[in-house]
Amino acid sequence: MQSFATQDLVVERPQGLYCPPGDFYIDPWRPVDRAVITHAHGDHARMGNAHYLASQQSEGVLRSRLGDDINLQTLPYGEVINHHGVRLSLHPAGHVLGSSQVRLEHGGRVWVASGDYFVCGPGDANNTCVPFEPVRCDCFITESTFGLPIYRWCPQREVFDDINAWWRANAEAGHASLLMGYSFGKAQRILAGVDASIGPIVVHGAVETINRAYRAAGVALPPTLYFNDVTDKGLLKGALVVAPPSVHGSAWVRRFGDPSDAFASGWMQLRGARRRRGVDRGFVLSDHADWPGLQRAIEATGAQRVIVTHGYEAVMVRWLQEKGLQAGAFHTEYDDERHDAQEPPVQADTTSAESEEGTE
Amino acid sequence: MRRFSQLFNELDASTATTAKVQALKRYFAEVDDADAAWAVYFLAGGKPRQVVPTGVLRALACQLAGIAEWLFEECYQAVGDLAETIAHVLPPAPSLSDVRLAQWVEQRLLPLRELAPEEQALRIAAYWNELDPSGRFLLTKLIGGGFRVGVSKLLVQRALAEHAGLDAKVVAQRMMGFTDKTARPSADGFRQLISRDAIGNTDSGQPYPFFLAHAIEGLHESFHDWLGPPADWIVEWKYDGIRAQIVKRAGIVWIWSRGEELMTERFPEVVNLAQGLPDGTVLDGEILVWKGDAPAPFALLQQRIGRKLLTKKVLADAPVTFMAYDLLEWQGEDVRPWPQAKRREQLEAVVAVANSMLLSPMVAGTTWPELVTLREESRQRGVEGFMLKHREARYGTGRTKAEGTWWKWKIDPLSVDAILIYAQAGHGRRASVYTDYTFAVWNRKPSDAGEAQAVIEAIATRQPADPDGLQLVPFAKAYSGLTDEEFREVDRIIRQTTLEKFGPVRSVKPTLMFELGFEGINRSTRHKSGIAVRFPRMLRIRNDKPLHEADTLQTLEELLDGRAAW
Repeated sequence: MQSFATQDLVVERPQGLYCPPGDFYIDPWRPVDRAVITHAHGDHARMGNAHYLASQQSEGVLRSRLGDDINLQTLPYGEVINHHGVRLSLHPAGHVLGSSQVRLEHGGRVWVASGDYFVCGPGDANNTCVPFEPVRCDCFITESTFGLPIYRWCPQREVFDDINAWWRANAEAGHASLLMGYSFGKAQRILAGVDASIGPIVVHGAVETINRAYRAAGVALPPTLYFNDVTDKGLLKGALVVAPPSVHGSAWVRRFGDPSDAFASGWMQLRGARRRRGVDRGFVLSDHADWPGLQRAIEATGAQRVIVTHGYEAVMVRWLQEKGLQAGAFHTEYDDERHDAQEPPVQADTTSAESEEGTE
Repeated sequence: MRRFSQLFNELDASTATTAKVQALKRYFAEVDDADAAWAVYFLAGGKPRQVVPTGVLRALACQLAGIAEWLFEECYQAVGDLAETIAHVLPPAPSLSDVRLAQWVEQRLLPLRELAPEEQALRIAAYWNELDPSGRFLLTKLIGGGFRVGVSKLLVQRALAEHAGLDAKVVAQRMMGFTDKTARPSADGFRQLISRDAIGNTDSGQPYPFFLAHAIEGLHESFHDWLGPPADWIVEWKYDGIRAQIVKRAGIVWIWSRGEELMTERFPEVVNLAQGLPDGTVLDGEILVWKGDAPAPFALLQQRIGRKLLTKKVLADAPVTFMAYDLLEWQGEDVRPWPQAKRREQLEAVVAVANSMLLSPMVAGTTWPELVTLREESRQRGVEGFMLKHREARYGTGRTKAEGTWWKWKIDPLSVDAILIYAQAGHGRRASVYTDYTFAVWNRKPSDAGEAQAVIEAIATRQPADPDGLQLVPFAKAYSGLTDEEFREVDRIIRQTTLEKFGPVRSVKPTLMFELGFEGINRSTRHKSGIAVRFPRMLRIRNDKPLHEADTLQTLEELLDGRAAW
């Protein structure tokens, strides 16, 4: 727990992470007057705040999820605004469309709150959003979703090769390929990464809504069919079906006959998680930094102080302290107990996409 | 290794039997016989002696990954499997090799045993460095002796039989002993498994595949309609010992376990008994510790399991005998196709001349209700219930009903209502889910709900227990019996009610009660409660009962007194 009496630019409050000199919150979990939103996933962007500030690129998704009538001000990446003497700017986090790190400068100190972020290896960028940009700072607030050395991602090219091979083999056998992933972020990354020449691509309604926002923001996605628009059901054999995890085991899936099913998530790295999911295949594809990525990102900030949030806080704090950094943790309400459980809960009987956000 | 690792991933990913069989057949068709031999050995449950101690593998992995022991431990807790943890923490391999499975085992893994620890570490580090994570996972499993995969031996046999165009039973018989500790899989051995030519086994110690029983649950009103009259059945007590086959051929005795392990050296008393059998005889039965005229509790027999060195004391404390109940070979002839009644008749004649071997008695009962009443005596007699064998039944292979049926009709387990106080995450599929629980009963009956609640609040606020007052006493651990959904729900409650974490174990505020079932109960000096239970498992969650109505140490004492005095 951080004391309010310190000179810290961000402290923990019951409503969320709070900037005392600027009098605003970052991704608050309870309604407040002023909220800076790092990205539009449900556990970071909540309803009920009086004023929202977010990146220009996140506007479409944010409005589609929180409503057109929210009081939203947007900022292009890198542009600085001054609020109560705090210089605030947003910088790409590479996680999903519009995701930002929040840079705060006040009284000669610079703090950066990262929200969720993805750091890619060379030539391995997430093509659906602007890549993570390291920002020098004195104190870096980092997530730790995959903060264990067992999480080390393969180059995503290899993952997409695997997905394509699986899809191709199913298509040849006359089966649809149901690939489940979060409807906001993961689904678009899948669409942008697969080889669309293999067959038609059908998307779930929850994915379709987000696709519109992505396309409107200028992100290139291959042509997709919305299930309700498919008149020739014969097309469905051999199709790739992209849907949120909540469809697993639901009647919605049975429209596609007996599809081979798969799940795309960083959690699929572990055999136990794959087997618990009960799907044919698990593809390790994450929008969060892996262990080496977290270390690289922290190092690139040059920060001497690091505050760890949601995920493996205790592990990361001890590791960073052993490396000689000043490290501590904030308790946040970004689905951390789910991380402990290794995977988000499975919603068996709903086609709603509302329940599956956040963790990845 | 790459091809074997692909096979492993295919088997691991699929839950469909036919897909697994297809994957196995593709593998057998593609690889050479030496690789296939080792694959069959490992997939069917063969385990070479552990080559390198687990601690050495752990330390080496930490060193290569550049992480401290505590961080490795955190990883292990998340993964729930040592080999998989190692596979993921190691830095990526600079380049991948493709050495064949047989070469891996014969030229690299088996020779490790003879090497000094430093040399072992050097070599293993180099091996890890030429494999991808799934290759490393498999290699580490093979080195550590903990290789397990989601296929049954029966499935491997089916795939081999389909691959070779043979009857699966023939393959099953040829595979007997194939995974024994002393076995050394080879290309020749594999060719024999799938050979189209008949291979006689009269001059070897090969046993027959065991015939396994199906379970009857509880009581059945319509027994007569369903099974016909009891006169159609041979009814025997179900003994809780070690299922074994005695093979006597060419003057030599072999004793095989149901796991197809050769146990001859472990049970010299049984070898003595079998010396009197004529050559060309194979018996099926149970190894038991026998005291007076009843079997001793399984705990005593347990002292003999896994023990290689038999001291005089062990032999005196836990002397074993053999209780015969079936005859599989007689005068060198395979008599498994004979009807059960005919085999039984011949068995009686055989045992009559064998020196003091026991014959499983037939239970007389002319009606099913009469047998139901007799079955109530099971616990007093130290048996698990009844075995029902149809008089016309052939001796089948495995758990099949094709040749006639054996039923096991076990008595209901003992049960108590107990309170969950500690939880630990499981392994494998259950890694990171709290599935292993410690249960407690009250040391005496709480006077009312208020007294029980006060003790629970004291635990929740971590006050030391009053040694003279009401307490919860741990007495059993259990990790099975719930559905995945129930486990998820209990896992959620455990996370919400966690009081303290001791490494992988969490203590929780007592809020959950379960009905625990177990097969037997004994006094124990090793447990705080003074009691040890056998095969504890969860029968159901008792949401319907308040915590102060959980059972007490006294309930357990009464269960102890209820069983026969051994």
